[in-house]
Amino acid sequence: MTALVIGSETAPPRARRRFSLARFGGRWLSPLLLLLLWELGSRTGLIPERTLAAPSAVIGTLIGMVLSGELPSNLLVSFARVAVGLLIGVSLGLGLGLAAGLSRGAELAIDPLMQIKRTIPALALTPLFIVWFGIGETPKIALIAFGTIFPVYLNLYAGIRGVDPRLLDAAKSFGLSRWEQVWHVVLPAALPSLLVGLRYALSISILVLVVAEQINASAGLGYLINNARDFMRTDIIVVCLMVYAILGLGADWLVRSLETRALVWRPSIVEN
Amino acid sequence: MDARLGFSTIDSAASPSHPEPVVRLHDFVRSFGANRIIDGLNLEIAPGEFIALLGRSGSGKTTLLRTLAGLDDAGAQDVEVPDSRAVVFQDARLLPWKPVWKNVALGLKGGDIRGRAESALKEVGLGHRLDAWPLTLSGGEAQRAALARALVREPQLLLLDEPFAALDALTRYRMHDLVLSLWRTHKPAVLIVTHDVEEAIALADRVLVLDKGRIVAEERIHAARGERAGLAGRLREQLLSHLGGDHHGEGVLPFARQAEAAE
Repeated sequence: MTALVIGSETAPPRARRRFSLARFGGRWLSPLLLLLLWELGSRTGLIPERTLAAPSAVIGTLIGMVLSGELPSNLLVSFARVAVGLLIGVSLGLGLGLAAGLSRGAELAIDPLMQIKRTIPALALTPLFIVWFGIGETPKIALIAFGTIFPVYLNLYAGIRGVDPRLLDAAKSFGLSRWEQVWHVVLPAALPSLLVGLRYALSISILVLVVAEQINASAGLGYLINNARDFMRTDIIVVCLMVYAILGLGADWLVRSLETRALVWRPSIVEN
Repeated sequence: MDARLGFSTIDSAASPSHPEPVVRLHDFVRSFGANRIIDGLNLEIAPGEFIALLGRSGSGKTTLLRTLAGLDDAGAQDVEVPDSRAVVFQDARLLPWKPVWKNVALGLKGGDIRGRAESALKEVGLGHRLDAWPLTLSGGEAQRAALARALVREPQLLLLDEPFAALDALTRYRMHDLVLSLWRTHKPAVLIVTHDVEEAIALADRVLVLDKGRIVAEERIHAARGERAGLAGRLREQLLSHLGGDHHGEGVLPFARQAEAAE
């Protein structure tokens, strides 16, 4: 763009202003238009309330649910499920990935099992987990844990194995012990890859949560949705969908802020 | 050992000023499969001696350097290298996730690690980039940092593996001066692996030519550095003829052309 306006003194600022307008104003335009059409459709009766509640009704319901404490308390239950499931899944993934990455023996023992596990979609295990763990909190947490092990394991393992051998040689030549090599060279080198795995794990955990919460829950977002379905409260369903979306965004934000802290040494691609 | 080629090897241990060599390889052999990379090599390096090792690609330079650096296990062979040694590689090999001073401090033991790293970096002229991230350094700066990382260990043996090959000519000359001044201050034995005959002549006390895993020629340069311009022409031709040999033609061409152009 700048290449086109060389030689003209007034063009660059104007070009930049138009560009930023397109970027910040334009991107909101179509979603807002869609909301407007949706509201219009609901008001004119084109979209019946039992099919889809109007945006204004959804916002009203949201405010009501927040004020009554119904949404925060159920959100907390769902959040706890994700947190515990992730804690277990990520810890197992970390442990197995470290072992398989750092030791040939452990790789031989662990990797074939993990590859077999990879072929089974976590959600397909729901019936089996219900048989094993009943319909309480345990199968929900177990499903999330089971689904999040693999992305963490695979990315950490690949990250460790992908470490630049020249850097390892340099560390060896300065007399670093095996443990020091792992700490100073191997683990930092594997970190970017591990963070990618963590991001996958977070989005998988929310996906599994949605399904797991349909199992006879008595609290949580899934319980709210199931109830709303029985009473055809589409406004509540949409509110819960919004909360799921916000959870996903929050998870992404969490990993991205982790990345900017942990990977400050990387020259920013965006800035250059 | 290379009588058939007509060159003699001066035994550096025999020279009175260097009684105990810091490096001693006797009849060293290294092979990968049926491929003999190093074939009965003898080498002694005296304390504080500056040696340049010339050789074409595939002559075994890198293998020899890896052995001296302790990166490859020498097995039960007759190899003596000092415990305190340090390497500067062609690519600086700084850890990108550690700021420059922590790279220099990597693996250091003892007190005031930050202070020692800082003074080493100041010595190579990088006092202003202590906390910089390695990926933001220029090629020359990265090599300076790698030099500081090697010297902060006060090594008895400093190994330089084509350290300036990737730098532009001006930076390379500056680095030559820096290496010489650091060598004069710290007095390590230095082995620089290079394919640049000029560089070898400008820096070393002794130039070795490696070919097919053996040292095929050796030149001791007595003239002071800076007064070698007169010698350079003759030496260069001599070294180039060794590098060329008589039965492996094409590998020599670039050197030969360069030599002709310079005359």
